[in-house]
Amino acid sequence: MYNLIIFLPLIGAILSWILGNRFSSIPTYIVSISCLFLSMIISWIAFYDIAILKNDFEGASLPWINSGEFKALWEFNFDTLSCVMFLVVNTVSAMVHLYSVGYMSHDKSKSRFMAYLSFFTFAMLMLVSSNNLLQLFFGWEGVGVASYLLIGFWYNKKSATSAAVKAFLVNRVGDLGFILGLIFVYAYFDTIMFERIFELAPSMMDVSIVVFNNKLNVIELSCFLLFIGAMGKSAQLFLHTWLPDAMEGPTPVSALIHAATMVTAGVFMVCKLSPLFEYAPNVLTFITLIGALTALFASTIALTQFDIKRVIAYSTCSQLGYMFFAVGLSAYPAAMFHLTTHAFFKALLFLGAGSVIHGLSNEQDMRKMGGCFKKLPVTYILIWIGSLALAGIPFFAGYYSKDMILEVAFASDSQIGYFAFICGCLAAVLTAFYSWRLIYLTFHGDFKGNKSTYDKIHESPLAMLLPLFVLAFGAVFSGWFFKEMFIGVNWDYFWSNSIFILTGNEAIYKAHNVPKWVKLLPIVLAIIGISIATVFYVLIPDLPSRVSKAFRVLHTLFYNKWYFDEIYNYLFVKPIKIFSVFCWNIIDKKIIDGIGPNGISSKVFSLSKISSKIHTGYVYHYSFSMFIGLALLTLILLYNLQVN
Amino acid sequence: MIESWPILSILIFLPIFGAFLILLIPNKINQEGEILKNSTTNIKLVSLWTSIMTFLMTLLLSLKFNYTEKQYQFIEFYEWVPSLGIVYRVGLDGLSLPFIVLTAFLVPICILCSWNTIQHKIKEFMISFLILEAFIIGMFSALDIVVFYIFFEAVLIPMFLIIGIWGGVERIYASFKFFLYTLLGSVLMLIAIIYIIGTTGTSDLIQVLDYDFSKTEQLLLFLGFFFSFAVKVPMWPFHTWLPDAHVQAPTAGSIILAGILLKMGGYGFLRFSLPLFPDASLFYQPYIFFLSCVAIVYTSFVAFAQQDIKKLIAYSSVAHMGFVTIGIFCFNTQGLDGAVFQMVSHGIISGALFLAIGVIYERTHTRDINKLGDFATTMPKYSVFLMFFTLGSVGLPGTSGFIGEVLVLIGSWKVNPLVAIISGFSLILGAIYMLRFYRKISFGISENQDKYEIHDVNIREFMILIPLVIFIILFGIFPNIVLNFLKVPHFLILETFK
Repeated sequence: MYNLIIFLPLIGAILSWILGNRFSSIPTYIVSISCLFLSMIISWIAFYDIAILKNDFEGASLPWINSGEFKALWEFNFDTLSCVMFLVVNTVSAMVHLYSVGYMSHDKSKSRFMAYLSFFTFAMLMLVSSNNLLQLFFGWEGVGVASYLLIGFWYNKKSATSAAVKAFLVNRVGDLGFILGLIFVYAYFDTIMFERIFELAPSMMDVSIVVFNNKLNVIELSCFLLFIGAMGKSAQLFLHTWLPDAMEGPTPVSALIHAATMVTAGVFMVCKLSPLFEYAPNVLTFITLIGALTALFASTIALTQFDIKRVIAYSTCSQLGYMFFAVGLSAYPAAMFHLTTHAFFKALLFLGAGSVIHGLSNEQDMRKMGGCFKKLPVTYILIWIGSLALAGIPFFAGYYSKDMILEVAFASDSQIGYFAFICGCLAAVLTAFYSWRLIYLTFHGDFKGNKSTYDKIHESPLAMLLPLFVLAFGAVFSGWFFKEMFIGVNWDYFWSNSIFILTGNEAIYKAHNVPKWVKLLPIVLAIIGISIATVFYVLIPDLPSRVSKAFRVLHTLFYNKWYFDEIYNYLFVKPIKIFSVFCWNIIDKKIIDGIGPNGISSKVFSLSKISSKIHTGYVYHYSFSMFIGLALLTLILLYNLQVN
Repeated sequence: MIESWPILSILIFLPIFGAFLILLIPNKINQEGEILKNSTTNIKLVSLWTSIMTFLMTLLLSLKFNYTEKQYQFIEFYEWVPSLGIVYRVGLDGLSLPFIVLTAFLVPICILCSWNTIQHKIKEFMISFLILEAFIIGMFSALDIVVFYIFFEAVLIPMFLIIGIWGGVERIYASFKFFLYTLLGSVLMLIAIIYIIGTTGTSDLIQVLDYDFSKTEQLLLFLGFFFSFAVKVPMWPFHTWLPDAHVQAPTAGSIILAGILLKMGGYGFLRFSLPLFPDASLFYQPYIFFLSCVAIVYTSFVAFAQQDIKKLIAYSSVAHMGFVTIGIFCFNTQGLDGAVFQMVSHGIISGALFLAIGVIYERTHTRDINKLGDFATTMPKYSVFLMFFTLGSVGLPGTSGFIGEVLVLIGSWKVNPLVAIISGFSLILGAIYMLRFYRKISFGISENQDKYEIHDVNIREFMILIPLVIFIILFGIFPNIVLNFLKVPHFLILETFK
């Protein structure tokens, strides 16, 4: 029965696509939403049954590729880790489906939108339920395509389609790393099944290969390649550039794909493969480094942006950084915990922002908002809840998970751990600051847009608010609810064999015994951030412009996103264009064709011109050449006679 | 009873029989000298039913086919030129059967897609198409080197006619270029075949396979065959005929060209070069890897620079066929399986893409990527189809394009990881040019949109596009349908390398 969790969304996608072509949007809504809700309910049951009661369930299995000794199966795995992901993905997805009914009500291709959303959910579930690397890759690419289709959903908008292409291409760079990692694993483990890989991992620890006179550890190398894939999907530093642009898509998409689920696939993958990554200490250090840098880096950009969705997008990027450095410090349960709570409060924030955008007739620029709290009271409260959770204020979901991650970083007692701790603390201040900056700019002060727009501002319909309440409930209580299971004293019983931590990497055990000040620090940092934001945007409103003038260099750097897009454009996009034109015009047309067919035909022409000169038509010319020919023949004949 | 029938020969000659029937249909001409419509409808219907019958027969063959049998099946032989020992000998193994089914699958699609596009000399067009089909099936089932050679070369004649008569403006230049390249190959292959018959005294492939050629003989004979096959594949730098031929050919011609004719090269390598000249194959392996890697990376760049969408797909074919040659010369199961699977899948996907281009060319009469756009609005169903084909071409898991690529990558990693890494870049490069293609065509705003009367795919087009989508997904999810056929033949090929 649990197999239905995965296939119900697919059925929903196909049916709503077919129905959408024939009928109005109502049957589409009914079909896709009921499929998703059913799937959500079953995944809650599965969570209770498998993750809590520890009953086993064998998923379906079918052959996929059989080529010699290479075998891949379609196979579904139901362990604690997948059940947690089912729960997160399906809950958020069901809420987003419901929300979309209201949000997309003015759009003309509603059924296409629902079909894409359901298809995305299917691909994501394939990803989290896979039992081998290749099926994981199937889901991995599937969510990539769904994200591409949904970012470019409004295909007449040039910025949307270019953002879609960019997202797909940057992800493909990561995917190349992933597929090479997969092949590398297969080459040395002779299998792509997770179970076998994990069994063999300890014995492969010391196997290394020599590349250009450097000895490289096999596990380190394969984990590194796989992590590149995770960097692409989870928008980590250097491969993050697609995520902010992805905000061109409809807001429900940003909530589901670019906040709660798809972008966390990288974190999930590393947790899933923890029995392999645990034997790659250098890669773990690298993951910590990238995660910590991303957490800080993305939050610096979020400080200066004015697009309400981009602020939240960079915030997502930064929170993913937190999850990654937790993973890098072997605190997989903490990372999964943050993934879960983050899914709820970030989806809430995005959908709340969507509610604002919807209410303001598609305005996204915070400079044209302000004072909306009277018109959007419910949304206002919901965004407060989301921000409180994000900033890590006690008893909201984010408090438990973020606190845990920072404690782990401190407790790991290594240089990289302290580095991550410092980055995480700084990012926590910035997070609180930009969250309240968002609230103040959007809801407080005077309205800075058109008067006529202000009059039209309206609170969202119930179909949009209802899912927000559910998510808000999650943002408040999910931390408290899951804490004991995910990271409590018996966490290793809860996660059982779906997560593996090598002896010696026990930062997570020590995290409960950190000094009191470390436990209190996140709250203090959050309050500092909120107070600064209050000073900047409520008490002394002209302070932001003065500060940005005083730190002009930093501000321009942050405002222009550290110039990553420009640098990549200069390094990759332009050279590829120039090189491809060069290949075509010079090498293909001039050199190959010039020497090949065209060259030969022109040579034939010129040679025949030369040879035609011999045909003069004078009898004495011909008789002379005949004479020479005869003479030559005689000579050859004489020579042959002599030899014999 | 059916076992004793010459079922394979019936299959080969059925299209020729259909062509003969078409010849008998008179062109009814009215007073103005125009050909009446109902007589051409008869011609089209006869050719369509002939090709569908052929397809059903190939399905019958594949049902009766025994996967585990190591010998050739459905063998037939008749004395032909006794003085030279040439015997008309045909038979099938798991390697040739997928290609025959693919051929018979694509031909009805070609006939349906030319239903309205071919306006003049429809009778001659259908006849050349059916004859082309017969020759291709004959070529894939030949078990005698001379018979193979005859069919291999004979395939070109109807193809020249299709490009040269029903082609675009520069069709003469295109067929000339096509001819020049293939001539180079044919002459060398003929010399090699004559030498083989001279030394072994037979042209029977099964007997020749038992003969051990010396290392020097192998090295030279391999080259003799190589040029012919390399031009067909086409390998870099023998590829420049392909874009021109594609651009000038009518849609149906492009489908057959990309879908089947390019596979003759890969099939030739597997049928002749590898089993006959194993030492030479090993010797030339690095060079072929080099050419294939160049093909994959270089042609991807060239494809990105194209303005003509047919040329773009043509160059992408060269890149995809680079995977085929890499796979073949890996000499391991995954490489060979991947190569053949890639050929079959590319046959479907590139055929589908050319078909899709034909659909919009019919409506807009342009192939300039900058003049097209916004088909997602004007032709929503069409753009969904095109999305499937684009994703298949990009090699998305779940489509047939992925299986071939990933198997070849695995196979080549075992031999030379560097080759796998370089060819892996096609994952990114392929996405770059295909997404540009899709974005320009389906999204954005067309410059001269109101000039054209654009309607979405009609029922005939829908019926041709649907089976292609089904097969792309079916083979992506259950690739074993094809891979099962390949087990024994690839095992036998690899035996010669031990």
